Amino acid sequence: MIIEILISACLVISGVFGLVGSFGLIKLPDPMMRLHAPTKATTLGVGGALVASMLYMHFVNGTFSFHELMITLFLFLTAPVTGNFLAKTHLHLNRKASDLPPTATDRPWATYESDEMRERIEAAEDASAD
Amino acid sequence: MLRKILPHPLLTLTLIVVWQMLVNKLTLGNLVLGGILGLIIPVITSPYWPNRPRLTSVPGIVAYVLLVIWDIIVANFQVAYIILFKANPTIKPAWISIPLELRTPEAITVLAGTITMTPGTISSDLSADGRSLLVHCLDAPDPDAVRDDIKNRYERRLKEIFE
Repeated sequence: MIIEILISACLVISGVFGLVGSFGLIKLPDPMMRLHAPTKATTLGVGGALVASMLYMHFVNGTFSFHELMITLFLFLTAPVTGNFLAKTHLHLNRKASDLPPTATDRPWATYESDEMRERIEAAEDASAD
Repeated sequence: MLRKILPHPLLTLTLIVVWQMLVNKLTLGNLVLGGILGLIIPVITSPYWPNRPRLTSVPGIVAYVLLVIWDIIVANFQVAYIILFKANPTIKPAWISIPLELRTPEAITVLAGTITMTPGTISSDLSADGRSLLVHCLDAPDPDAVRDDIKNRYERRLKEIFE
């Protein structure tokens, strides 16, 4: 009985956060802000479903399943990478270097450094190393 | 000699454990297959890990992982609150530039991943020389506080783990 309530609670939490994440996609005004909604609110959405699945497997089926832990691990590895790809694409297409804060070093953000510039700097670095 | 067969003992162990978890059934056959994978993959991929850092502090890693999981849970509630209850014009997004003290690429990767997974921040770009990180905040009335928070909370701990 307690376990059933716990599993149901996890499923409800998961559903609510999934919904909030999707709602954020519609509500927030610009692409960078929209990126925040799915990368975060969804983590708990998926996490809740996975915890519910583990509890069900363990207490109702009587077997222990590691797959949920694996899904969590792979999700944590892939979510930041996709987030970074989307952000960089956005920088390339819709922003200029002047929209961003300075880098605090003498080279620009990697997205805005042209190949010629990079070659020149790296050639100079190699020359000074010799 | 041992270094030739096991160039990366931790990776070997991780691969064996992950393989067991993927097949979800502990038998001798699976253990042998996991062992073979754990021996071959590190040898094949070792050219891609030229100067990998030594991870010394295991308690430090465990503490860091727990801290990040806790922060992710908090982050979910904060972002949900912003989405549901804040009117769009009152949300103040900001770009911030974080000067990095970390130098190992692995440590910077972990920091960037952590920033993306935690409260209202996404790491978007790295400066061309890898010395500062560009972060977008969903709602940051005080960008300097966010920068200091990231430096104190995550970067300091990662510096202890990796360097």
